[in-house]
Amino acid sequence: MIYQGKQKIWADYQKEIPDDKWFYVRSCIRQNFFPGAERMFLEICRNVLGKDFYEAANHTTCGGIAYHCDTIPQETVMTIVARQFALMTEAGYENYVASCITSFGNYLEILETWHEFPELETRIRELLWKACRREFKKPKYIAHASDLIYKYRNEIAEKAKFRLINRQTGEPLKVVEHIGCHYSKMFPSKGVGGAEYPYVLCGMIESWGGSVIDYPERRHCCGYGFRQYHVKANRGYSLSNTHKKFESMEPYHPDMIITNCPGCPYFLDRWQYVIAEMEGKTYGQNGYGIPVFTYEEVAGLVLGYDPWDLGLQLHQVAVEPLLDKIGIEYSPEDKYKGLNRKDIMRPELPGVLKCC
Amino acid sequence: MTMENIFGFSISPSSTVNLDNVDLTLFNRLHELEPDAWKCMSCGSCTATCPAGNFSGMSLRKVLHALQRGKEKDAVKMLRCCMLCGKCSMVCPRGINTRHLILSICKLYKED
Amino acid sequence: MKDNIVIVGGGIAGMEAARQLLKLGYNPIIVEKSDRLGGHVAQWHCLFPDMTPAKDVVSSLIEATGRANIFLNTEISFMNRLKDSYNIMLTNGVSVIAKVVLVTTGFSVFDAGKKEEYGYGVYDQVMTNSDLEHWFNDGNDDRIDGSEMNAIGFVHCVGSRDEKARNPQCSKVCCITAVKQAIEIKKRFPDAMVYCFYMDLRMFGKKYEDFYIAAQRDYGVRFIRGRVSEVSENIEGKVIVKAEDTLAGKPVKVTLDLLVLMAGMVCNPDCSTLAGMVSLQTDSDGFFKSRDNIADITSSSRDGIYYAGACTGPKTVPETLAEARSAALEIHSYINRL
Repeated sequence: MIYQGKQKIWADYQKEIPDDKWFYVRSCIRQNFFPGAERMFLEICRNVLGKDFYEAANHTTCGGIAYHCDTIPQETVMTIVARQFALMTEAGYENYVASCITSFGNYLEILETWHEFPELETRIRELLWKACRREFKKPKYIAHASDLIYKYRNEIAEKAKFRLINRQTGEPLKVVEHIGCHYSKMFPSKGVGGAEYPYVLCGMIESWGGSVIDYPERRHCCGYGFRQYHVKANRGYSLSNTHKKFESMEPYHPDMIITNCPGCPYFLDRWQYVIAEMEGKTYGQNGYGIPVFTYEEVAGLVLGYDPWDLGLQLHQVAVEPLLDKIGIEYSPEDKYKGLNRKDIMRPELPGVLKCC
Repeated sequence: MTMENIFGFSISPSSTVNLDNVDLTLFNRLHELEPDAWKCMSCGSCTATCPAGNFSGMSLRKVLHALQRGKEKDAVKMLRCCMLCGKCSMVCPRGINTRHLILSICKLYKED
Repeated sequence: MKDNIVIVGGGIAGMEAARQLLKLGYNPIIVEKSDRLGGHVAQWHCLFPDMTPAKDVVSSLIEATGRANIFLNTEISFMNRLKDSYNIMLTNGVSVIAKVVLVTTGFSVFDAGKKEEYGYGVYDQVMTNSDLEHWFNDGNDDRIDGSEMNAIGFVHCVGSRDEKARNPQCSKVCCITAVKQAIEIKKRFPDAMVYCFYMDLRMFGKKYEDFYIAAQRDYGVRFIRGRVSEVSENIEGKVIVKAEDTLAGKPVKVTLDLLVLMAGMVCNPDCSTLAGMVSLQTDSDGFFKSRDNIADITSSSRDGIYYAGACTGPKTVPETLAEARSAALEIHSYINRL
């Protein structure tokens, strides 16, 4: 691998990301999958870095998930998105940041479509007016939330209590980065680092002390693939794709995986349990799996937030071996205590995949 | 250690042909007997003219290709439908003695 | 006094034309931007279909053009039309008045790094057709010397017939070059598996088909009809190539010790600079536009400006040489008409 060759490509794919004043929209599914991630994003941006990130309580799904499952027509998705833009305009913002990768891709696709077919934009403006008497301005900048953490990565590193380094050996942790397909595969120029060698997560890993693993199936989909997973008859394809990725990364012995998409961390995490049950195979050390994180969770960890406040107890693959490697302290007995220290009950432990 | 599958779906085997794992020992022996075994350019003339092909799916082009990619079983199964009429050798633009080639394949890849 | 003829580019087209023009009694002035003559061919090892050493072709041309005026490390600063001639200022300060300018600026090799998915410049074991010819010449390349060669792949059509790379044109010579290089590699590493990944094989020239059959039958080069979609690197530093075997309708992958990208011929960026000086037309592919693609390929749309070789599109060596001779004759009859 020629690192300078990648740097050359990274230099070609840098985009302008305004530093402040963002209108933030959440993902439909992340709050259930990884409930601490979005909260941590706002916590870091607002309270740690003192930036202006506005959130509207009445924003909805972007419609992307239904669009990609072929259950609603494009005009409907466009009208939903037009309403989101109207909320941004009403709140007085011009920079729009999405928590979800598919949303991010959806917004870019719609703006590009309107650019190519202005008559469609006019029609959507009419539909929005008829539906809810709203008007909108198009955002000046659209970013994915990982673009912002990428932008702030060095500030976060300066304030960090921990680094992605194995405390015992002093070696950088070996990190797999996984980019959601809709981040830059549709519009390579809109992603930090482009589509073939995205830099957005690599930049965070490097800044926080880890080393990046580039393995043969790095570019491959996590396996979620909407229609693969949601239709049970196709679900085996979803699992097979994830399995392919783990088989490919296995020889590198990764310490952890970082992702920037709502679906990817969920499937890379949960399918490790299913693969263990079906094949009797696990990919981490001593029967554990490879822990999978969102980039916000990792930012929270290096900044010294309590792992259980980050919601890491909701991961299938145990995070404790990684916390031990970094030297992050945690209290095992508090793992399943809720915010109000109420017992949230313990999950049944799986038979093959070792968990804590 | 494989357990009972409680999920209702499973890991599908990959359809990818992995050239790293193709064993060409037999094909290389065929190539010694029939130097033209690698000469086919997949034009399809043999298949188009094959009287057995229309009914049975027999295709000499596919047989050769399958052997080259290590899919010996598929090839042998297809070849069972050949009637050795020799029409394919008349049409082959590369002048391959297809009838001779087919007989050599049958000798080498005998089914057990 | 002998008429000056300015030849822009000292590759094989420029030199062959100079040779013919000297014989016809003219004073050719070759303006070459690099520090040597021979262009791309001078860096090639040997040429299909007879494996002629490229250096023999180039050195005999250099010998034959010894009497011409040759300016190396020189470009055209500007050029403007006088009544029936051109006033040309060179970057070395020399100015020339010439009735005829012959453009032989040739082509550029596609920058294979632009096809990011193939990993040229990113993965250790990926090289181009030009890199391989260099190795044939000087035997010095870490990608080959430091590794065991058990499996080697060639990717046809890199940056040509590719609208994403903005080069829809066929680069013409790469199919046969890949077959030639595959045979040469097989001769050096007889036990290695050698694969060619192609979309179409365009074996149009004399003895090309014989070459192709020999590659298949005698050298055992494996031709896989399918364009490589993605290249990655495994933990041992080998490259993994993914394609579809379109004849089988199945995805195919293979681990290789070396991958050679057949980077195509694209228009020389000097084309547009030169075209701007005297408003010459360029085609949709960026190459110079001939007055007529069948009957008048060496003429431009401007009086007194002629073309030869790959500046009007991808050409083979014999085609280029034939065009240079043809251009010399056209120039001769043009000057006689004046």
